[in-house]
Amino acid sequence: MKRDDLQFDSHGRLRHLLTIEGLPRQTILDILNTAESFISVGEREIKKVPLLRGKTVVNLFFEASTRTRTTFEIAAKRLSADVINLNPSASSTSKGETLLDTVRNLEAMHTELFVVRHRESGAAHLIAAHVPEHVHIVNAGDGRHAHPTQALLDLFTIRRHKGPIENLKVAIVGDILHSRVARSEIHALNTLGAAEVRVIAPKTLLPTAVEKLGVHAYTDMRAGLDGVDVVMMLRLQRERMTGALISSEQEYFNLYGLTQEKLSFAKPDAIVMHPGPMNRGLDIDSAVADGPQSVILPQVTYGIAVRMAIMALIMGGTQAESAPAGGRRT
Amino acid sequence: MMGIVIKGGRIIDPANKLDVVKDLYIDSTGFITGIGKAPEGFEATRTIDARGQIVCPGLVDLRARLREPGLEYKATMESETRAAVAAGITTLCCPPDTWPVIDTPAMAQMIQSRAWRFGLAFVHPLGALTQGLEGKLLTDMAALEEAGCVGVSNALEPITDTLVLRRAMEYAATFDLTVYLHAEDPWLRNSGCVHEGEVGTRLGLPGIPEAAETVAVARDLALIEQTGVRAHFCNLSSARALAMLTEAQKQGLPVTADVTAHHLHLTEHDIGYFNTQCHVRPPLRGLRDRDALRAALKSGVISAICSDHQPHEPDAKLAPFAESEPGISGLETLLPLTLKLVDEKLLSLSEAIGLLTAKPAEILGVECGALGIGATADICIFDPKAHWILSADKFVSRGRNSPFLGWEFNGRVTHTLVGGEVVFELGAAS
Amino acid sequence: MPQTTDIVDVNATIAYMADELRPRLAQHPLMIGIHTGGAWIAERLHALLGLTDPLGTLDISFYRDDFSRLGMNPQVKTSNLPANVEGRHVILVDDVLHTGRTIRAALNEIFDYGRPASVTLAVLIHRDGRELPIEAQVVGHHLKLKKNQHIKLLGPEPLKLEIQEAHT
Repeated sequence: MKRDDLQFDSHGRLRHLLTIEGLPRQTILDILNTAESFISVGEREIKKVPLLRGKTVVNLFFEASTRTRTTFEIAAKRLSADVINLNPSASSTSKGETLLDTVRNLEAMHTELFVVRHRESGAAHLIAAHVPEHVHIVNAGDGRHAHPTQALLDLFTIRRHKGPIENLKVAIVGDILHSRVARSEIHALNTLGAAEVRVIAPKTLLPTAVEKLGVHAYTDMRAGLDGVDVVMMLRLQRERMTGALISSEQEYFNLYGLTQEKLSFAKPDAIVMHPGPMNRGLDIDSAVADGPQSVILPQVTYGIAVRMAIMALIMGGTQAESAPAGGRRT
Repeated sequence: MMGIVIKGGRIIDPANKLDVVKDLYIDSTGFITGIGKAPEGFEATRTIDARGQIVCPGLVDLRARLREPGLEYKATMESETRAAVAAGITTLCCPPDTWPVIDTPAMAQMIQSRAWRFGLAFVHPLGALTQGLEGKLLTDMAALEEAGCVGVSNALEPITDTLVLRRAMEYAATFDLTVYLHAEDPWLRNSGCVHEGEVGTRLGLPGIPEAAETVAVARDLALIEQTGVRAHFCNLSSARALAMLTEAQKQGLPVTADVTAHHLHLTEHDIGYFNTQCHVRPPLRGLRDRDALRAALKSGVISAICSDHQPHEPDAKLAPFAESEPGISGLETLLPLTLKLVDEKLLSLSEAIGLLTAKPAEILGVECGALGIGATADICIFDPKAHWILSADKFVSRGRNSPFLGWEFNGRVTHTLVGGEVVFELGAAS
Repeated sequence: MPQTTDIVDVNATIAYMADELRPRLAQHPLMIGIHTGGAWIAERLHALLGLTDPLGTLDISFYRDDFSRLGMNPQVKTSNLPANVEGRHVILVDDVLHTGRTIRAALNEIFDYGRPASVTLAVLIHRDGRELPIEAQVVGHHLKLKKNQHIKLLGPEPLKLEIQEAHT
């Protein structure tokens, strides 16, 4: 698959964040390193820096999500940007405005950055391919395809709690088939050279040819979690039963829900993650979610810092390596 | 006798096993009256210089959608038959899924007479296999045949009730009608829009497994054998289905198959990052499948190449992939893509032309696609050495939806004649 | 060709600055150094003056006025102010005072942490070319440079000044 050049401008600067695919390792590291600096902003009295003052960020959520939208809103406001939240209806059968028409109308309002969530894969790419040069797109989730900001904040979390990715074995458990989080995580972990990436799910929830993404597929938790440093649980939509994808919530929890017992198959110091919102008693046991190995709450805090870093890097471009020392005027 | 003479071209007519550089004579009533030697008393009212060019029968396209009636905002019969002749295609077969559906003799007649009015490509309709294509009640197939339908089909609408399908096949067989089948199991298809494989998995797009096609082919073959109907599989896409078809043909079942020009060149990998121009039905599958399609063409299991022409307005493709409408505007790349297979040494020039003329004519059961003395002068003249690049502004069709924009081709149609009249000339003001 | 300058003895200059700052010890000041050069100098001053509060460091990347033009440098170091600036007398330390924009950014950042009682600016090198109305109270050395020349502090050990000519 050829590299996604749509994400970069003609100077090689990150212009959009649509997917982890095609992002060079250094770009990912730049985002994570920048996020480190933004953590301290959240810890002080005035949780703001003036980086995006005067800029407008629009949260364009065709698919509703209070939690992700709120973190983007907080992140943008901490950068002193103005934030507008829009929830257009995403009905594909409605004879109303096309997706691109909606975006064009908003551009006329002089928006620099759109954060887009849509229930169809490829929506963010479509928008990014049709906006003028000064407009930036951040993909907050498109169908089953990608959720790059989530993957980046998860990488940040792993680095903070377990150190360099190269040494780690990571297992992603749950509905891989429908998960944009899983796909982005896999690309991110492989780009940073994780020791091993595993996916664990019943066959009905494993996509065809999933190994081609660079993972080992397991259907058994005990085998799949053996020796793992990071256990990433995915959310199971309760409606999956109607699609004949799982048999019952009970059986799913018995086999794949993360309990203390199953967690013990992993390394004793393994961390537990979940992108949220959690289905307690289905994806994960409350005791584990609230237990000592869980980093689920910190994930949320890091999410703000990582999103601040992404917006800052995209909106201002990145200083080229060859910038003269005089570039910083004292 | 007055008429047109096409001078010095290389006449390739696979139906008559002809491949020779000779002059071709057409009389004023629109029939071929001589090959090589001018008939007695012939006077040329027009001479077409075809030196260095290929003179072949007007191409026969087994499947093209003209969007009329019902979808005129996408294209019209006039615009598309004009596009057809600009691409050397003089006979078209259109599926019954117009709006309203071609399930009455009146509709069949209307379409043919409307096309006739424009004097461009001939249009032969397929009649609906079931009323409204709903898969429940049979249509008046005898009346449809009488009204000019060359076969019957349920187009892309599934017939889920196997008993209805059996009965429909038996009924069609009564009148010796060919049933045109699109083999796809609707439940396995689910809401898929790409091949279920590594590309679909990476892009997070719902996939249509190969089994959706093979399950349907297996069912259809069993019923073809049971009912004795003559059947044609439209647009198979998977290697497994081709293997099943090969076996069926070996056992003497009266089944034929076609392939689209685009399935011979593209695979799932051409989708790249959600290129909706590659959204087609059935989907572009893997390399193995594409290679099997090419091999089946060579071995004769597949006996025709068609365009499966589906012109769209721009909005149809400017949507997220799964919400975009499938289909390629394919008339104008039918011949060029087929000639590419000659360049790639898969086919000889004569074989290639046969797959676009004699063979599809045979499947349709219509007298066309040949250049014998006395045949209607439907002729395509093309320059095999003309090098050109496909660009959006070059399209004659209303639909510019094609993944081949920017592709380089060798071979361009210079003249097209229908019934002895020049209906297309490259470079002439239209 | 960049040239190290021996015009300025950096260590001696820092010692001089410490002497100039000594009277302010009575105010129980809080010292903050601006990354990177200012922080190096502040470390030495902090030790020479025997300050009790830990040294604060500031990375002004998020407060610069040229963000839209130049973008972000991902090698941002975290600002670290261990003590509360509210009501304190701050000594702000930087290596070179040139246009004044860095100091403006630093002041904005400090005020986002709280309201200091006062801010005293101490710089190693004071050069011409001010673009904002900003001056230092304690100056190690005054220098006059050509327009296309830049002066940079190299370190952390040893500390050396380098003059670079920018190509036009």
